[in-house]
Amino acid sequence: MFKKLCQKAFSKSLWVYHVNVGACNGCDIEVIDVLTPYYDAERFGIKLVASPRHADVLLVCGPVTRQVVPAVKRLYDAVPDPKLVIAIGSCAVGGGIWFDSYNIVGGVDAILPVDYHIPGCPPRPEAILHGIAVALGLAEKQVAPVHLKQLPDRPESVSIKTPV
Amino acid sequence: MIGSKLKEAILCLRTGLVTLKYPFAPHPPEEDFRGYPEVDVDKCIGCGGCAAVCPSRAIMIQDIDQNTRRIVRLLERCIYCGRCAEVCPEDAITMTKQFELSSDKAREDMEVESQIFMATCQRCGRCYTPPSPVDKIMEPGFRDDEIKRGGQDSPYEPVKSAEE
Ligand code: SF4
Ligand code: SF4
Repeated sequence: MFKKLCQKAFSKSLWVYHVNVGACNGCDIEVIDVLTPYYDAERFGIKLVASPRHADVLLVCGPVTRQVVPAVKRLYDAVPDPKLVIAIGSCAVGGGIWFDSYNIVGGVDAILPVDYHIPGCPPRPEAILHGIAVALGLAEKQVAPVHLKQLPDRPESVSIKTPV
Repeated sequence: MIGSKLKEAILCLRTGLVTLKYPFAPHPPEEDFRGYPEVDVDKCIGCGGCAAVCPSRAIMIQDIDQNTRRIVRLLERCIYCGRCAEVCPEDAITMTKQFELSSDKAREDMEVESQIFMATCQRCGRCYTPPSPVDKIMEPGFRDDEIKRGGQDSPYEPVKSAEE
């Protein structure tokens, strides 16, 4: 219900604060790409703001280094409710190639409640636009989990769902 | 001075509309773009080559009984490098052009699990792929005792969202 409310409230103006929590800058550059006239995220009302206190959305890039954890939590508290957190890039979504490094928390959702994930390394600007469209309810998400099992007496594998 | 501004305005008008229609019209990626790695489970022989080369250790292998090998791909942290597709001897993995991967719970949606029927070694009673079983089991990612996600045992308390 909260998400539906957000979709309604945010459908005209998403003000975005972009934060890098240890990303290599690849995702940041794609985020800047999305704001250029060619991709033009501003036609969805998206605007980059300079202070978290003006923002509705936190765009988080990076696998979250240990040093940045307290700062990110303070940043999250500084954003007024209701707020969305969008994780951009494989690092922010699942830790990327750093997922078990000693100085990395491994994914933004280990410390913040993340509402939308945009995987990609880096995600194409179109992928970010698609993520925005999914968040605004303009497009359907296109990924689903796959669980398949091969059986010795059958040519085709069958779908299973095992407890993980 | 006014003249130069007018000239600029005319130049801008002449450019016309440059914005991509993207979320409302498809915009296919370039020829050599690597997107979601799709697995054809029926071709896979469970050799574990992909698990050995994956830089983000997104592919992990468990032998759950004497003739079933479970391959879990946590593609939320995949960096789309294409090494798994390159190394696979059976061409079971193809890098598709799918880049629209955003979702609200990527950790579940990007998980691909397959269970492969394997031969049982008469000596040690474990699964093996007939060609060269010995070297492969020493590789990282091969026969992990636990499937570990990024951020799983981070010492930080997650921030609660307003919803909870
Ligand atoms: S594309 Fe690269 S990162 Fe992704 S699963 Fe394959 S080897 Fe791993
Ligand atoms: S390399 Fe190919 S055949 Fe071997 S386990 Fe991976 S997907 Fe299966």
